[in-house]
Amino acid sequence: MSGDHGSAAIAGRVRHVEALLEQRGLLDDGEIDRRIDEFLAGGSPINGARIVVRAWLDAGFHDRLLADANATIREVGLSMAGGLQEQRLKVVANNEQEHNVVVCTLCSCYPIALLGPSPSWYKSEAYRSRVVRDPRGVLHEFGLKLPADTRISVWDASAESRYMVVPRRPTGTDGFSESELVGLVTRKGLIGTAAV
Amino acid sequence: MSRINDVGGMVGFPAVLEEPDEPPFHADWEAHVLALNAALIRRGVYNLDEFRDAIERMPPADYLAASYYERWFAAITTLLAAKGVATAAELAGQEGLPTAADPVAPSDLADD
Repeated sequence: MSGDHGSAAIAGRVRHVEALLEQRGLLDDGEIDRRIDEFLAGGSPINGARIVVRAWLDAGFHDRLLADANATIREVGLSMAGGLQEQRLKVVANNEQEHNVVVCTLCSCYPIALLGPSPSWYKSEAYRSRVVRDPRGVLHEFGLKLPADTRISVWDASAESRYMVVPRRPTGTDGFSESELVGLVTRKGLIGTAAV
Repeated sequence: MSRINDVGGMVGFPAVLEEPDEPPFHADWEAHVLALNAALIRRGVYNLDEFRDAIERMPPADYLAASYYERWFAAITTLLAAKGVATAAELAGQEGLPTAADPVAPSDLADD
């Protein structure tokens, strides 16, 4: 849809609306750039990886996290309150019997304040429509082949509730340091479209 | 009654396409749209639920044809007009304020 010409046209329209709002006192000089910088400096998948690794290493933290994620992530200095409004976070953990995957069928709800922007595929109609109907097939397309007897739970995020997955700790990582473990956890693992 | 955004379980959409190493934004204007929306919500011009609603009540064909941040920008301009901040014509740059992307040629002005 949006080739170079389309992109230039909408860029001009956005600049025009910004100028109009500045004229009407609804936008401060430099506010847009400041807000973009804040956004990009905010959430990151590293935050999720730190939470996951703490849960791997500390069974008490793991249980508290699953019971009350909003309170428990504060133990590692993180919060769901960084965005426009604090959202409820529910953390679900994969195990031998069950794999979890997160979607927002209605749009794009995602713990942005904690994890940063979501990938484009997460916001696509293809993912949103299909992962609830055929989760096993969609995960297979992502290269994640789960055993036939693994139950798959799909969590549909909403305006007030966000989800994050704790992947299973990979085998053979017993001697890994905390930072090495953090390096194993990917954004897709936190959504549930990758094993870790 | 479901609206066009309520695609969960709908059949006919293609395989999920991943973009390796994708950047947070694919163009500067996308980041500007995100920041603009945050600024307007923080100022109370409209709230987050009104913003979602404005996306979700887009005409279905427009919704499906638009990219993610194109939908956001459509919702922002819809709400600015609905709240009386500016008219649709002003927002589209049709009154005064010619935009850089949409320059008014001197010959057009001379014809008036």
